[in-house]
Amino acid sequence: MVPEAERLLVIACGALAREIIAIRDASGLSHIDLTCLPAILHNHPDRITGAVEDAVQKHKGSHARIFVAYADCGTGGQLRTACDRLGVEMIDGPHCYAFYEGLTQFAERDDATSFYLTDFLVRQFDAFVWKPLGLDRHPELRDMYFGNYRSLVYQAQTDDPELDVRARICADRLGLRYERRLTGYGDLGAALRDWVRD
Amino acid sequence: MSDEEDDIILSELDDDELVEQMFDDLYDGMKDEIVEGVNILLERGWQPYDILTKALVGGMTVVGNDFRDGILFVPEVLLAANAMKGGMGILKPLLAETGAPTIGKMVIGTVKGDIHDIGKNLVAMMMEGAGFEVIDLGINNPVENYIDKAAAEKADIIGMSALLTTTMPYMKVVIDTMKEQGIRDDYVVLVGGAPLNEEFGKAIGADAYCRDAAVAVETAKSLMARRHNQAGMA
Ligand code: B12
Repeated sequence: MVPEAERLLVIACGALAREIIAIRDASGLSHIDLTCLPAILHNHPDRITGAVEDAVQKHKGSHARIFVAYADCGTGGQLRTACDRLGVEMIDGPHCYAFYEGLTQFAERDDATSFYLTDFLVRQFDAFVWKPLGLDRHPELRDMYFGNYRSLVYQAQTDDPELDVRARICADRLGLRYERRLTGYGDLGAALRDWVRD
Repeated sequence: MSDEEDDIILSELDDDELVEQMFDDLYDGMKDEIVEGVNILLERGWQPYDILTKALVGGMTVVGNDFRDGILFVPEVLLAANAMKGGMGILKPLLAETGAPTIGKMVIGTVKGDIHDIGKNLVAMMMEGAGFEVIDLGINNPVENYIDKAAAEKADIIGMSALLTTTMPYMKVVIDTMKEQGIRDDYVVLVGGAPLNEEFGKAIGADAYCRDAAVAVETAKSLMARRHNQAGMA
């Protein structure tokens, strides 16, 4: 056992929990602990920075170093400012769709009319997309949300035929063309491993 | 509760009760009831402008405040906006006929790379409700859309919306281009969208960042008044 004072902590968005555990276990990084904040915070980005700050303060004493597994996520740079002030690292980029695809590639694609799903969102489509947008109660709103979109792009972290089928159904429900890209964990794995090595 | 509401006959309410009921109907996103309420008030001889400001804008302000305070979320706002749109559809042609006051002209759009438009649409509608003429450029707008349209329409205000961290910087591109062309000061520039803040608005050289539609209306009004005063002095 690694003593507590030498253990590392990742504070992550709940949408990344499964993926971070997979990366950790595959990379032999067993001295990393993981704690998650609710993924639904994404619907209120103004609450993300405060929640992350509180979590860092809470765990600062018990871990040697802390990594914040969030991108900007719509905080308009405020999360970055807070992490700098607290002396903790976070993930580069605007959101998880960009780092799964790879920041450079995502920026180069410059694709404003695709709506993205990840493994997490395919599994949680109803809880994180359909219901929060009120489409369960008001399906007539669909085209007011998605009328300007053309495709649903499923960025697959794992090669899972069942998720592929489910993602295709999500695209149908949103009235969008379906595309699947096997991205794996993209920049996320490298970000974690680089931080551990530092 | 809903049983009771089903029994309400709008035409039997007096004016105050009806306006209050329209606030509730707007809050609940009930478009048909809003349209009916607007028609009843018109039949009773209300001026279109009064219906717009007292019933519709008044009700939508409540919705906006509750969204800001986290009591309502996006679908409720969207439904309410839709209901208001139904009422506006009836009032707009009448407003044009009656020559209701116009405070100024605004060109508004979501910036290039971004197709979020719910907030932008709401701002456009509330600005119209407050007496501005609004030209909506829609989504995904390159710099020339703003500049060309503002010039062609002799607009007073350019409004830009962005909801993505990646598209916020484009607002600066628009403002810098205006500076290069020597036309920056011909317009009031307002910016908004959830990830923005006051500091960002200042840094890119906008006249103001507005956190919601109500603030946008107030800010636009006071900046227009200031422009008029300056023009008066010059
Ligand atoms: C609804 C929504 C969507 C809808 C958009 C539907 C539509 N037609 O617009 C859908 C589901 C389609 C969508 C898609 C995406 N979205 Co989105 N979305 C949101 C959400 C939840 C709410 C935005 C909204 O409509 N709010 C309601 C309106 C009323 O509020 P508002 O926009 O803030 O506008 C008010 C003020 O800001 C102001 N204002 C706004 N504009 C202007 C302009 C002027 C001139 C003025 C004065 C004022 C002003 O007044 C408005 C009214 O009061 C936000 C999170 C949030 N809570 O903000 C994420 C959010 C903006 N989205 C986000 C993301 C990541 C995406 C996607 C990439 C997700 C995906 N899975 O693919 C895609 C975009 C795809 C692409 N190719 O780029 C992120 C952005 C993260 C970042 N780093 O930038 C956010 C912050 C969520 C998050 N935390 O992850 N989204």
